[in-house]
Parts: sequence; structure tokens; C-alpha cells
Amino acid sequence: MTVPAGRVPGPGARGGEPASGAAGSGAAGSGGGPRPREAGQTAGARAVARALTGVLPAEAILTDPARLRTYDCDGLSHLRVTPGLVVLPETTAQVRAAVLACAEAGVPFVARGAGTGLSGGALPVADGVVIALTRMRRILRVDPADKVAVVQPGVVNTEISAAARPYGLYFAPDPSSQTVCTIGGNVAENSGGAHCLKHGFTVNHVLAATVVLPTGEVVELGSQAPDPVGYDLLGVFVGAEGTLGIATEITVRLTRAPLAVETLLAGFPGVEPAAATVSAIVAAGVVPAAAELMDALAVEAAEAAVGCGYPPGAGAVLLVELDGPRAEVAGALAEVEELCRRHGAFDLRRARDESERAALWRGRKSAFAAVGRISPDYYVQDGVVPRTVLPEALLRIGALAERAGLRVANVFHAGDGNLHPLVLFDAAVPGAAEAAERLAGRILGVCLDLGGSITGEHGVGVEKMAYLAHQFSRDDLDVMQFLRCAFDPAALANPGKLFPTPRLCGEPPGPRRGAHPLQDAGLAELY
Amino acid sequence: MPAPGAAHAAASGGGDPSGWLADCVHCGFCLPACPTYILDSAEPDSPRGRIQLIGQILDSGTVSPVQAGHLDNCLGCLACLPACPSGVRYDRLIEHARERVEEEHPRPWRERAQRALVFALFPHPRRLRLVRPLLWLYQRRLSGLVSRFLPAAVREMAALAPEVTGLTWTPVAETVPAAQPRRAVVGLVAGCVQRVFFPGVNQATAEVLAAEGCEVRTPAAQGCCGALSAHAGRLEEARRFARDLIGTFESAGVDVVVVNAAGCGAAIKEYGHLLADDPAWAARATRFAAKVRDAAEWLVEIGPRAARVPVGLSVAYQDACHLRNGQGVIAQPRALLSGIPGLDLREVAEPGVCCGSAGIYNLLQPGTASRLGHRKAEHVRETGAEVLATANPGCAMQIRQALRDSGSEVRVMHVMELLALSIRG
Ligand SMILES: Cc1cc2nc3c(=O)[nH]c(=O)nc-3n(C[C@H](O)[C@H](O)[C@H](O)COP(=O)(O)OP(=O)(O)OC[C@H]3O[C@@H](n4cnc5c(N)ncnc54)[C@H](O)[C@@H]3O)c2cc1C
Ligand code: SF4
Ligand code: SF4
Repeated sequence: MTVPAGRVPGPGARGGEPASGAAGSGAAGSGGGPRPREAGQTAGARAVARALTGVLPAEAILTDPARLRTYDCDGLSHLRVTPGLVVLPETTAQVRAAVLACAEAGVPFVARGAGTGLSGGALPVADGVVIALTRMRRILRVDPADKVAVVQPGVVNTEISAAARPYGLYFAPDPSSQTVCTIGGNVAENSGGAHCLKHGFTVNHVLAATVVLPTGEVVELGSQAPDPVGYDLLGVFVGAEGTLGIATEITVRLTRAPLAVETLLAGFPGVEPAAATVSAIVAAGVVPAAAELMDALAVEAAEAAVGCGYPPGAGAVLLVELDGPRAEVAGALAEVEELCRRHGAFDLRRARDESERAALWRGRKSAFAAVGRISPDYYVQDGVVPRTVLPEALLRIGALAERAGLRVANVFHAGDGNLHPLVLFDAAVPGAAEAAERLAGRILGVCLDLGGSITGEHGVGVEKMAYLAHQFSRDDLDVMQFLRCAFDPAALANPGKLFPTPRLCGEPPGPRRGAHPLQDAGLAELY
Repeated sequence: MPAPGAAHAAASGGGDPSGWLADCVHCGFCLPACPTYILDSAEPDSPRGRIQLIGQILDSGTVSPVQAGHLDNCLGCLACLPACPSGVRYDRLIEHARERVEEEHPRPWRERAQRALVFALFPHPRRLRLVRPLLWLYQRRLSGLVSRFLPAAVREMAALAPEVTGLTWTPVAETVPAAQPRRAVVGLVAGCVQRVFFPGVNQATAEVLAAEGCEVRTPAAQGCCGALSAHAGRLEEARRFARDLIGTFESAGVDVVVVNAAGCGAAIKEYGHLLADDPAWAARATRFAAKVRDAAEWLVEIGPRAARVPVGLSVAYQDACHLRNGQGVIAQPRALLSGIPGLDLREVAEPGVCCGSAGIYNLLQPGTASRLGHRKAEHVRETGAEVLATANPGCAMQIRQALRDSGSEVRVMHVMELLALSIRG
């Protein structure tokens, strides 16, 4: 693995200037996690507000404590930290001004889209600055010939598809939150959804981005060319959870809308045969656009929320979508139906038109939030296992849940082996929240045990920092840290996220004494 | 831990505000539905942000001007209700919070005076009736002369008012017999603004109902339904109006109660909740609320019998928020309109986004209201329709004003007026 040497995107105009002492206090301050704080602006936040007066409109600089508190969390709402300042820029220049002001004052900042993240990625840093990109919601260009769109980061995922629809195109990544979440958030989390099984994640659909680096430099990452020269810095940026800078303009790939789509819903007696069906479908050479599974508890919740009318008495519901050329889809459909039946499906439904398709999807799309109907609180977990061991993973999760005395609803992208166990609990019961969190952690243990990963699409954020060390070796983590330092020498961009221990650049990583072996070998320097 | 705000639970009329707060999982699904978030994309002006602000208010027991400002800026359009997968009762939360704001937040004298004027006038059809001739005079001769001497609040009200066609009008007869074999006896809620400024709409509604085999009873004694008061957090006033209205219609001996103003209908359907803590009235209110139907809802329920003649108009239909979000009445008005032969029905873009009328919102928050009004007018013009049909007097006034500002000739009519046109021949 190569450790990036030198300041990657060219020598920074301001790199390294901010006093590292001040930066350190910001980075360390966030490590404390879920401490609800009384709002009150500190000197740092005040300095940034002052510097931005006249640069941003007055009403785009929020300092009132009541307003600040409305930004105190994302979708992981049990963690709350009130920021010291929120700014709402509308242009790249304004974002740059905000980042420069933070760098100058040594104040950490957190980029924020719609705040739907489920891992605390947009959780503010106490006394830090939230740079909310929701006002940057213009679609700058749709180019049907090149099949690309250039958009601002606050554009909502489905708005891109709406703008591309007149040309028979759409934006493929489809997180369940797609009517709300922003493309900036999608890029930062490398989000995916039901249809990523066939069409890929956000990283496969982003071609280029204008990025304001934590030093205030504005750089272009990636290009429209099919095979850009040099390091894939855009690839590094996508999924970095806002720790490498702020995307202010994003060029996305548009996909031709498929000629034919078939949607099939099947009721199964239990989760295991349904999961086995998915493996059988893929083994037969069919790549569904989506293969989604819900267990009985998840179906119950969706039923309560939207009355989706899924097969009554089903122990699991499998939703398969096929898309592509007409003849191919027709052939695949027959095969999938046959495999479902062979695995014990008892209620097979095929959507005959768009409205029936929407009806079949309704329960699945609402499932996450719908769980609120059957439980006062819930914890969404996100882990991955190889598709073939899905049945075993579910059995083990069931056993763990039983031992913990908690209910777990399962809604997941079966095709990718991407599990979303929802741990139900009642926060009013003392100790229940902790028990739920412990159970959710053990579920990740199962995923790693079975050769999987600790996150499929929701990211690490603050939620899973501690688990990173289970999946990666110390050396892996060190290399990631070096990379981060190359982009963000003062550790101001979303500090306290992604990595187990926020480290100052220049500080020897971990308990290791002395220099890193790569340094000793003269192969890398610290920042 | 005692639930924050539990002490005030009783005030909201049953249920537990802290429980409603806890229902919010912060998923953000309500954001794209919210008109104020669409305009400004800032969290404190979104449903999720307002729920947070309401939590702050209930926790601390105090209301700051900033908190009050963001809650005042909420249209009460309820677009966030159907958008929320967790079933958060934002309608009840905001109503409860508004009551707290009215109690805790000392408003500047200008705002107080304006609110006092509005509530002394609008929920009182008799007083509104006195305003009518003044408005007539104002619209015909005086607007240029006296305009600049009027306080801004009064000027805005006058500008929004519909054109008054004469000094007097005939109210709907107390009883209109069914023009077909009788299928039901229905009561008609006349509304305050509706009855004084849009008497034609009530006439048309009675005519259509009668043609479809309903005997229509419109008690002259009926007062305001309390919708405006409830939405503004004046719950005690709203309860008084509600009890009176229930009493009036109970003695009218009707099978169902039909409402042709969306805002009134939504509020009356909530009477059970409004009076839940009043033991003498709770059950009565729930029974009464169950009988209430929007006019379009009722007509679709009983099915068309009367013959319709062609009406060669292109019509854009605009959902009133309190029909679409408050009552889930979406398909019925469209079904009635497309049932008119020759009528070319068109959809307006962003059908779920409020036009900014929102009861008295356009008087109290003219800035946001006018931005939304012009956005709506633009979408209406894009349809190229000759007529805009809606089912709420507030929307009619707001959109007509915005259309007029943009120099458009589009006429604004109530769905019932179009139906009457087709049935009358
Ligand atoms: C009900 C529900 C269902 C969901 N379903 C899915 C799903 O199916 N698949 C999935 O992948 N996710 C899902 N999510 C999670 C979430 O919606 C995604 O992670 C989404 O991409 C976050 O977008 P956002 O705009 O809300 O970003 P935020 O939550 O505001 O931010 C997320 C991260 O992105 C960073 N960020 C935001 N904008 C920028 C920018 N312009 N430049 C750099 N960094 C930035 C933030 O700092 C933060 O670290 C779901 C969430 C909910 C509530
Ligand atoms: S009622 Fe309307 S304006 Fe108020 S928060 Fe809900 S959607 Fe927004
Ligand atoms: S959609 Fe409902 S649960 Fe989600 S943030 Fe809005 S009010 Fe809360």
C-alpha cells in the first residue's frame, strides 16, 4: 500500500498554518461523544461568525441557541451535540470562506446535508461549526448526450432523476431515504439502495467533484474521462464521510431507464428459505436489479404504518425486481418464479403496472421508519455477510436477540448480503438502550465472524469507530490516518468520526513508541 | 423521569405531547413536503426542526421570540403529516405548542392589535357582514384615496378580500328540499368567510346536494366552527365555538353534516380530540365528528344521479391543504370534476405545496405567504387552464390575488360552482 507523500492535491496555500494546538482541542473535544450540551457560543465559533459577517447573508449565519439545537443530531438521534455555529452557504465561494474562517480560527467544522445519516456522520462537534449545504440545491446542467448531470451538493437524490426523466435517464443509486437525502451526503457515505445489487453504489455513479479542502483550497477531483490519469483521488473522497473536505459541485453519471421492469413479491414460511432463494437466483446466473427481504416483524411494522397488504401469515417476504431488455427480463422472471416456488413460496404476486409496482414496494420503502409504530425506540444496524451464509447469519442473530431478551426486525438487501437488523427497545426501560446497543454490536461480531463487514452503506461515523479496529489491522488504520492527514493537516474536517481515536497529524499513531516503520524506511513523513 | 411538558398534557385536549415528541425518529422524511423548508431549506423552518423547538419549549416552560417566530412561520398546512412514516401527530403538537406560545410569549403591540382585530372579526359572520358594504365601497371608489391612511394589516386584509358584487346577498334558505327521491337529510356548514364573501358557493353546494337527492338544512343560527381559533392556539375559544356548532346541528336532525370549506371540515372532524377532556362533551363531539363529510367526499360516497350537461372549460384543480393533508380527500374532487362532460381537467405542479393562504396565515406572515402564493400562481399559469378550481375560500382569495399580481386572467371557482354549472344546464 502506498502512503501518500507530499500534500496530495498540490501545495496548499494555507496548509499547516493553523496552530495545531487549537486544532487539537477541537479534535479532542468531539471524542467525548453523546454529551448533550447547553448551547453557548465559544470564542472560536464567535470568531468564525465575525469573519463571515458580510460574506454570507446575515440570515445564513445562525447563532441563536434555539436554532443551533435544531442541528444537534442526524438520523442517529440518541447522540446529540449542539454546535457553536451553523452556516448556510449558497456558493462554492461561500463554502470556501466558511472553511477558511474555521482554519484561521482553528475551529472544527462538520458538513451536513439533509441530516438523515444513520451513523452520526453529521453529528456536530461541540462548539464547532456546521456547514449545512441544503441551500445549494441547484441542478446546474443535465447533458443527455454525455449522460451526465452537474449538481450542487444539497440537491436531493430523487430531484436528479426528476430532472433527467425527460431524456429517458435517471440517477441509479437509490437509498430508501432518496426523497430526502442529498447527493453530497450520498457521496460522503457512498450510499446505496435496493437497486445497487445490479447497478452499483454511489461511487460507481460519480464522475467528478469540486471539493473545498479543509485548508480552503478548491480542487477538482476526477473527470468525465472514462479512465482518469493518476491516483483515484475521487475514489478516496467518496465514502470519506466528510473528513477530507466538502463537495460543492458534483458530476454524476445518468443511466438509461430500463426498457422493461418486472417486480415480484413472494411470501415464504420463514426467513431461511427466502434467503436461500436469493442465493439460488444469483447462482442461476440472474442478476436482479434488487432482491429485498423482510421478516415477519418488519412486515408487521410496515403493515401498521402504510397498510401494504403483504401476504398474510408470511414468515418472510421477498421482493425481486428485474430490469433490462424485454426478452431477457421475461426469461429471468420465469426462472425466478420457478426458484421461489421450489423454495416454498406460497403467495407470488407480479406487478402489472407502475401503480402495482409502487404498491409492492410501499411496505419495503417505509419499513425503517415504520418500525416506530411497533416499538418506542429502535436501533438500525448495518452489516454485511457473504450472500451464501445469509441463512446462518439470521439464525445467529435470532439466537443473540433471544438471549438479550430483545426483538430484532430484519429488513435487508439480500442480494448484497447487506443486513439491516433493527433492534427494538424502549428507552424508558432502564438499561434497555444499552442492551440494544450491545446486541447491535454483537450482530456486527457475527458479520465479521462470517467473513463480512461492519457497514454496508450507512458508514462508520461516530457509531462504529470502535469496531473499525476489529475489521482492520493497526497498519491499515495508520495508512488511512496518513491519508486523512494529507488532506486535512490540522484535523478540522469532521474530527472524531470514522477513526477509533482521533489523532493529531504529526502525533505518532497509537501506543507505538517511536516512528512508524515507513518513516524509518524514509518512505513516508508525518503531517 | 417525568415526561417533559407532561404538566400541560391536559391543555392540549387529551393525549400526551411528550409521547408525540418521542414518536419523531428524526428521519427527515417530512422535509421535502414542508413549504417553508422548500423556500428556505433551514432546519428551524422544517417540521423536524419545529418538533425540536416544541420539545425545547415544553422542557423549559419558556418561549423565546426566536422560537415563537419559527412556530409562527409554520403554515399549519399539515403536509408533514402524510409524509411522516412514524405517524407523528404534528397537527396536535403544533396546536398544543401554539397555545403555549400564546400564554408565554408577549407579542409586540402591533402583532397583538392585528391578532385582536382578526379574531374579533373573522369568526363572527354577523360582524363580517357589516364589513361587506364597507369593502364594496372601498373596492369601488375609495381604495386609491384612503389606502395610505389605513394600517398595513387592514390594507392587506382588504387586498385579499374577494370582489364584493353587491351591498347585500341572499343567504341559503334554511331548508332546501331534495329535487330527486330523497336519499338523505344533510346539514350544511355555511362557514364564516364562505357565507359572507362567497354566498354563491353555498348556493351552489345546496343546489348540487338537492339535485343529488339530499334535503339540505342550513341552520341560520350556526356560528363559527372554531378552526381559525384552534389553529392559532386559542383552544378555549375554539371549544366554545365547537360546542355551539354541535348543539345547533344536533337539533337540526340531520344524517350527515356537509362542509364545503376545507379548513372548517378538517377542524370539525377533530372535535373529538378538541373536546376529549370535557366529560360532558367528549362522546357527543366524537359522535358528531363521525358524521362530518367534505362536500366532494359525500357526493362521491352517494354516487352521481343527476344528469350533467357539458361544460367546455379547461380547469386546473388545486388541492386545499386541509382537504389533501388534513382529510385525505384527494381523489374525490378530481373524480367529480372529470365526471363533468367536456371539462378538461389539468394538474398543477407541486400539488401538495401550500399556496400560503393557510387560514389567516397570509395576514399574519405576509412575506412567506406571498412567496408561496406567487409560486402557486406560476404553476397554475403553466397549466394554461381557464379556470382554477379549489375547495376552500382562503385558497381562492390567496391564489386569485397572486394570479392578479401576475396579470393572469384565470378565474377562480369552487368545485361545487362548476358542478352546479353542469347540473343546472
Ligand atoms: C429512513 C432512512 C433510510 C435510509 N436508507 C438508506 C439506504 O437504503 N441506503 C443508504 O446508503 N443509506 C440510507 N440511509 C442513511 C442516509 O440517508 C444516507 O447515508 C444519506 O446518504 C445521507 O445523506 P444526507 O444528505 O442526509 O447526509 P447527512 O446525514 O447530512 O451527512 C452524512 C455525512 O455526509 C457528510 N456530508 C454531507 N454533505 C457533504 C458534502 N457536500 N461534502 C462532504 N461531506 C458531506 C456529513 O459530514 C456526514 O458525515 C437511510 C436513512 C434513513 C433515515
Ligand atoms: S404544517 Fe406545513 S408548514 Fe408547518 S411544519 Fe408541517 S409542512 Fe411545514
Ligand atoms: S418524518 Fe416524522 S419521524 Fe421523520 S423527522 Fe419528520 S416528523 Fe420526525
